Amino acid sequence: MNFDLTEEQEMLQQSLGNVMENELPVNRLREIFDGEAGHDPELWKSLVELGIGGLAISDTYGGAGLEILDLAVAAETLGYHGAPVPFLGHALAAVAIEAAGNESQKKKWLPSLATGDLVGTVALAEADGLWQPDEWKMAAGDRISGVKEFVPCAELSGVMVVGLEGGQLGLVDRNAEGISLEPVDGADRTRRMSHVTFENTPCELLADSSRGAGRLRDVGLVLCAADALGGSERLLEMSVEYAKTREQFGVKIGHFQALKHQLANMALDVEPNRGLYWFAAYAQDHEPEEAERIAAVAKAHMTDRFMQVARDAVEAHGGLGFTWECDVQIWFKRAMFNRSFLGTPSQHRVRSADLAGW
Amino acid sequence: MDLSYGSAMEGFRDEVRSFVESNWPIESENEELSFDKQASVFRERAIGQGYLYRNIPKKYGGSEQEPDVIKAQIIREEFTRKWAPTEARGIGTMMLVPTLLEKGEEWQKEKFVQPTITGELTWCQGYSEPGSGSDLASLMTKGELQGDEWVINGQKIWTSGAHVADYMFCLVRTEPEASKHAGISYLLLDMNQPGIEVRPLRMMTGSSDFNEVFFNDARTPKDWIVGKRGEGWLVSRTTLKHERNSIGAAQQTRAALAGLVKLARESEIDGRPAIEDSSIRQQLAELEGYVKAHQYSGYRQLTQDAKGGDAGIINMMMKLLSTEIGHKVAGLSMDLLEEEGLLSAGGAQLGNRSSSAGGWISQYMYSLGIAIAGGTANVQRNVISERGLGLPRDAAADRSSGK
Repeated sequence: MNFDLTEEQEMLQQSLGNVMENELPVNRLREIFDGEAGHDPELWKSLVELGIGGLAISDTYGGAGLEILDLAVAAETLGYHGAPVPFLGHALAAVAIEAAGNESQKKKWLPSLATGDLVGTVALAEADGLWQPDEWKMAAGDRISGVKEFVPCAELSGVMVVGLEGGQLGLVDRNAEGISLEPVDGADRTRRMSHVTFENTPCELLADSSRGAGRLRDVGLVLCAADALGGSERLLEMSVEYAKTREQFGVKIGHFQALKHQLANMALDVEPNRGLYWFAAYAQDHEPEEAERIAAVAKAHMTDRFMQVARDAVEAHGGLGFTWECDVQIWFKRAMFNRSFLGTPSQHRVRSADLAGW
Repeated sequence: MDLSYGSAMEGFRDEVRSFVESNWPIESENEELSFDKQASVFRERAIGQGYLYRNIPKKYGGSEQEPDVIKAQIIREEFTRKWAPTEARGIGTMMLVPTLLEKGEEWQKEKFVQPTITGELTWCQGYSEPGSGSDLASLMTKGELQGDEWVINGQKIWTSGAHVADYMFCLVRTEPEASKHAGISYLLLDMNQPGIEVRPLRMMTGSSDFNEVFFNDARTPKDWIVGKRGEGWLVSRTTLKHERNSIGAAQQTRAALAGLVKLARESEIDGRPAIEDSSIRQQLAELEGYVKAHQYSGYRQLTQDAKGGDAGIINMMMKLLSTEIGHKVAGLSMDLLEEEGLLSAGGAQLGNRSSSAGGWISQYMYSLGIAIAGGTANVQRNVISERGLGLPRDAAADRSSGK
């Protein structure tokens, strides 16, 4: 048994981390958070140069041919840095096309997704929080019409994978006719979203949708969980650092046991979950029997814990923590995104209980 | 990441499995063997195979194998799969034996190790005192060397099994002039002597497994000391580490969740099985998140132990993780028991609606005991925040010589 990352995976984290340490100091992140675009094109360029665009795309199509665990490890690092880049939708679009596309669809889209020349995204949710493949109602066909909500980084994308009735998946060229975007005033300003309206828009069905939709959803859950680990780790570090520097009553507040215990509880909501997302990601490629259920467990648990850590982090920073100036709010809002995107923890707990046969 | 144990290890698993299948239970043509008798015969055979007491040298009754946490794990898995006896889990085996092997004199190992692991000798642990709980190093029980004997006066408390144990390993203050931690020695003593009085303490569950122990000129030979005079604090650290590992086993929390699911199937809410109730399903699924996180943290620990690495802060978290899960399990079990939660454990056992109610009610309280024993939850939080997160140590705590 070797329940650990490989040296290559650690190096991947390291090199992604180095890029973000250099190019995404927190003042730069704040600038983007406060700005109009909510996206850092230079950083995305540097990251795709490291291959982040095609980590899990097979080498036949110009990707690195790695696994979901590698993708998740990257997501953790991006989550730690709060990276304002279109990674999530891009990675999921690539996973869906790889899993469900026919040869010509793969040839057409995957190489430019791998190089990052093209950004991909996924349009899944329908009104009233219908995120799951068996809930999608938009009619499938050569032309599609209807509204998809909360599509991440839609305005940056060149191709969208759209969830359709019966758990089918459609491919839509972003330049095709009849697409209109309505920006969403989302809490997380590092991952902007749009509501996307399709009006008789040309669409090509992915050949093997039945396989693709489930994998798309499960990998999405895993990536939210991995991102949550990175984000909660960052919040814990910030809170510990604050406790070591802030003084009250003539001492560093980190001397006070009440705060120490709160920070210990936060740590307990972070580190033990690392192995959970590792296994959930690993299962996507190696444990098909468990893959769907463990992805639901990991997403429900870890995005909930991330949110709790974020609330605790605000408290640990006192009045400062409640301000827009304090960096905590950036990750707090990423936690809000992770918690609700692809369905809430309680929705996934219902799924995991059903899947367990309880 | 590789979750298989590898083909060599799978071969080892087959070997262990066939051993267990052909040796457990022990059957005799002539007579019905008691469980204890069967267990002792089985253990003897398992030691012969190198499956039990692997880290204990052969001359002290162990099987003296190369350390291999993966093999140890496979053995545990295969033995428990068939409900075969594993190592006797008394406090002597778990805590004293590793300490003796690491710090004891040759004659001490020869005299005590083998009879302890076979269960012939039983032990109790004399650490806590009425005034020394979390601040254990403040202990006052006095040991004075008079001729060839230590003469001991004072009191220990929360001493599990003192009423049945043959011997005690204990911490006593032998160097009153030395600083707090440097004044303590680790002594062994015979419980059957006039200078020792054991008074049972009744636990909140109603049973009496732990005691107060009073020393009134209790005596033990001069050389029944482990380590040198004044080294007792350091010697005792070996054993505490062992206790933390054993309580932190993720397997127990998985079993607890499985038990809870079973209880939810057997209980009813509004005439339907409780397992179908949406709130109960939510709570079970939420608990599972914690249980899985605990399980994979255990895998990380195992992996690091196997390759001589360090799982870091996870090591400091395992006990608190499992006791926190224990509280959640206990709380949910009481919801499932509904009005049976009004009963005492004994009273529930007499009822006939759910056979396991008495056990759950007892566990509802016992989960608190586990969270206190071997370092309270708040002491665990101190350790995590100070050693794990690097926060300043509490100025009030005098740890000048201890570590």
